[in-house]
Amino acid sequence: MATGVSVENINPKVLRCEYAVRGEVAIHAQHLQQQLQTQPGSLPFDEIVYCNIGNPQSLGQKPITFFREVLALCNHPNLLEREEIKSLFSTDAIARAKKILSMIPGRATGAYSHSQGIKGLRDEIAAGIASRDGFPANADDIFLTNGASPGVHMMMQLLIRNNRDGIMCPIPQYSLYSASLALHGGALVPYYLDESSGWGLEVSKLKNQLEDARSKGITVRALVVINPGNPTGQILDEQQQYELVKFCKDEELVLLADEVYQENIYVTNKKINSFKKIARSMGYNGDDLQLVSLHSVSKGYYGECGKRGGYMEVTGFSTPVREQLYKIASVNLCSNITGQILASLIMDPPKAGDASYDLYEEERDNILKSLSRRAKAMESAFNSIDGITCNKTEGAMYLFPRIYLPQKAIEAARAVNKAPDVFYALRLLDTTGIVVTPGSGFGQVAGTWHVRCTILPQEEKIPSMISRFREFHEEFMSQYRD
Amino acid sequence: MAAPSVAVDNLNPKVVLNCEYAVRGEIVIHAQRLQQQLQTQPGSLPFDEILYCNIGNPQSLGQKPVTFFREVIALCDHPCLLEKEETKSLFSADAISRATTILASIPGRATGAYSHSQGIKGLRDAIAAGIASRDGYPANADDIFLTDGASPGVHMMMQLLIRNEKDGILCPIPQYPLYSASIALHGGALVPYYLNESTGWGLEISDLKKQLEDSRLKGIDVRALVVINPGNPTGQVLAEENQRDIVKFCKNEGLVLLADEVYQENIYVDNKKFNSFKKIARSMGYNEDDLPLVSFQSVSKGYYGECGKRGGYMEITGFSAPVREQIYKVASVNLCSNITGQILASLVMNPPKAGDASYASYKAEKDGILQSLARRAKALENAFNSLEGITCNKTEGAMYLFPQLSLPQKAIDAAKAANKAPDAFYALRLLEATGIVVVPGSGFGQVPGTWHIRCTILPQEEKIPAIISRFKAFHEGFMAAYRD
Repeated sequence: MATGVSVENINPKVLRCEYAVRGEVAIHAQHLQQQLQTQPGSLPFDEIVYCNIGNPQSLGQKPITFFREVLALCNHPNLLEREEIKSLFSTDAIARAKKILSMIPGRATGAYSHSQGIKGLRDEIAAGIASRDGFPANADDIFLTNGASPGVHMMMQLLIRNNRDGIMCPIPQYSLYSASLALHGGALVPYYLDESSGWGLEVSKLKNQLEDARSKGITVRALVVINPGNPTGQILDEQQQYELVKFCKDEELVLLADEVYQENIYVTNKKINSFKKIARSMGYNGDDLQLVSLHSVSKGYYGECGKRGGYMEVTGFSTPVREQLYKIASVNLCSNITGQILASLIMDPPKAGDASYDLYEEERDNILKSLSRRAKAMESAFNSIDGITCNKTEGAMYLFPRIYLPQKAIEAARAVNKAPDVFYALRLLDTTGIVVTPGSGFGQVAGTWHVRCTILPQEEKIPSMISRFREFHEEFMSQYRD
Repeated sequence: MAAPSVAVDNLNPKVVLNCEYAVRGEIVIHAQRLQQQLQTQPGSLPFDEILYCNIGNPQSLGQKPVTFFREVIALCDHPCLLEKEETKSLFSADAISRATTILASIPGRATGAYSHSQGIKGLRDAIAAGIASRDGYPANADDIFLTDGASPGVHMMMQLLIRNEKDGILCPIPQYPLYSASIALHGGALVPYYLNESTGWGLEISDLKKQLEDSRLKGIDVRALVVINPGNPTGQVLAEENQRDIVKFCKNEGLVLLADEVYQENIYVDNKKFNSFKKIARSMGYNEDDLPLVSFQSVSKGYYGECGKRGGYMEITGFSAPVREQIYKVASVNLCSNITGQILASLVMNPPKAGDASYASYKAEKDGILQSLARRAKALENAFNSLEGITCNKTEGAMYLFPQLSLPQKAIDAAKAANKAPDAFYALRLLEATGIVVVPGSGFGQVPGTWHIRCTILPQEEKIPAIISRFKAFHEGFMAAYRD
């Protein structure tokens, strides 16, 4: 007879799955936030500062005006028949909305679309990709998804047959990959980024990890690369990218390129190249390399996390495999239309000469410059604290400082059954209201401890945040000094 | 040794071999090709438009969205509008105030931020209030998980409950193939219970019990029962008595009740009413803790038909805190559902009321759509029943007809020779002759040896006479061609 549902009888893969970004520390923060509302003054701080998640608009970043104008018009097309809108919406937003509506069969923005997304929008995205890379892109290679995450899940589901199928992931990695692997029952084959060389990677090390996994009977199916890196913030050199492409080609691995931070770059000595561009520039054609490139509307300067827009560009797979991918996409019918529209807008934003261009450019540049300033300020701050070192953030939205925890702190953590960086992060939260994600959530070299802190709090809040962090850290270290 | 590069024979077999979704399967893919052919070579086919009757996608066939809902979403998409005078002449006063209320419930008024992984609290409060108002029993915002349509909620529950191929889920046959597809993807066993076509697709608890015992004898651990009410593809609305029997059955057998209630606002008969399973359970005296129940709702159906917005929720009651934490964890991996869909879900559960500025036009739109759906359901049902060799049960609710085809043996043989299920063969020939796209009954499951097609009631009313006459002409031609 079936017994009631309990944690003992649910899918063990669910139990094994972890997602620290919204895990224990974040959950505790939400309790404290409620406490601040119901009992003001009961805590040593008066606000929770969420630095745990790449969610820019939750911390004051404004959406791009042009994008929201287009969305509003597409969501309520009746507006396009009214004279009054000319004083409320820019002319190019009106024109863009009309163009988008004409691509949608019946102008029905409430209908399920093609399971890969509206064809006209995919055409625009393909054009945007081609314009970015200088190599052609095909609308039929694009699958629009609710954010980039569902695309990752689809690929994991497709590639993982059993627990002997492995996926190479950078350590540290954005914990969607480890979570998805756990849920699909695959093996995570780690390759370690080198903290001492700016989170660099060496292909020889990749090869060691690959062979090691194979010797244990793991069939390694794909390699995940996150560029710019999350949580690590490094941007790969072109040379590294060439080597990675060659490695995947030689070892017949699918290259899963997470490029969601492609518009978040804060240094002038590096450039972001898509892996597709790199592969094509090396002479690898469509059929030569199995490549999945992921993008999202959640990051960049647009930060539209809640709209759940994104896509994967899938190249190098045979037709029968693509049909299977299409089949999985069709089970959930299609991604949300608002997100689809946003994905096309970010890949084809206003151009010089367009009515909205000046405002768009100003909004975009202000956001990116501010992110760059905040990245630097917080990086310097962390590096100025004794017992913390922090690599430069070249891109993405995070800092991943290393915390040199004294042995006493490590023991205190173990005594309460917590990983030392979780223990540290909880104490930080309880003392200052600052929420970070413990490094254990991303993976790290054994015996090292980190926290991931976003660069997203508003600029004017950063000085006080930094001083509170420093104060907490100094007290913590002196409490647990060896 | 290098891993073989990715090919169909080295993909996850659960995807390749077991998962099918006929609603967008072979017939539809062929229809899309024919549609392109109509564009590139007009006049090359015996019809001049493809009529998609395969999918419950009302707005793709001309149904308009509810004005109030779209006003609110537009204002929430671009809140700057709320500061402009001109907005008052473009938007109704209650849409403005609803958008203002919704924005106030979003931290920082940031409609572009990831929300709480269960969805914005204020919207869940509104939905819980809507549920309580519908049922007369309280609902809790913390029991609600807003999802991108109802489908992700189904996947989450299958993922949670299915450990291996010996975990089974009882599903009605015929069923909406999300269930069979999801069970296949998660590696579980579909345990069928057959709806009885001769009694209006009724279900008998004795049959449920028999299927349950049979599967247990085979070593299957049956974990849950899926009920779709109103039914898809079958369109029946369960009688209260039936619902009580189902609740009792799940309680006695220790099964989770998965109640797919996405068509709760699509009822076309006066002698039946929609009762949520939660209401039924509470009215029987079962409290929170007595019965694990998951109730699914969506913004895709009803009179709103906002399929593309991907809004929906599951209301989860009767699970322990540790299990709920696991559900929360799975929800958190994908962060949150899309905000527009979340807003729509709250509007659907809390629409304009009498006295509101938009009420009159809202009611006119809603009633217009529902009355039209009822008329179309009847017209198509009568039409199918008037054809020789086709019988069609009444559609009491949902958006579909599921007529049974009495195919002659010659047709069945021809289908087998072409390596197709007979109903797929019929549906393909229908498409090629008329441009009408339906989904073969094999996609939903049916009693072996019976053949059906699922046809929506959604084409515009003025097109229905032409559809019916073209269908009739095709069917008579087909039957004549394959007459025994």
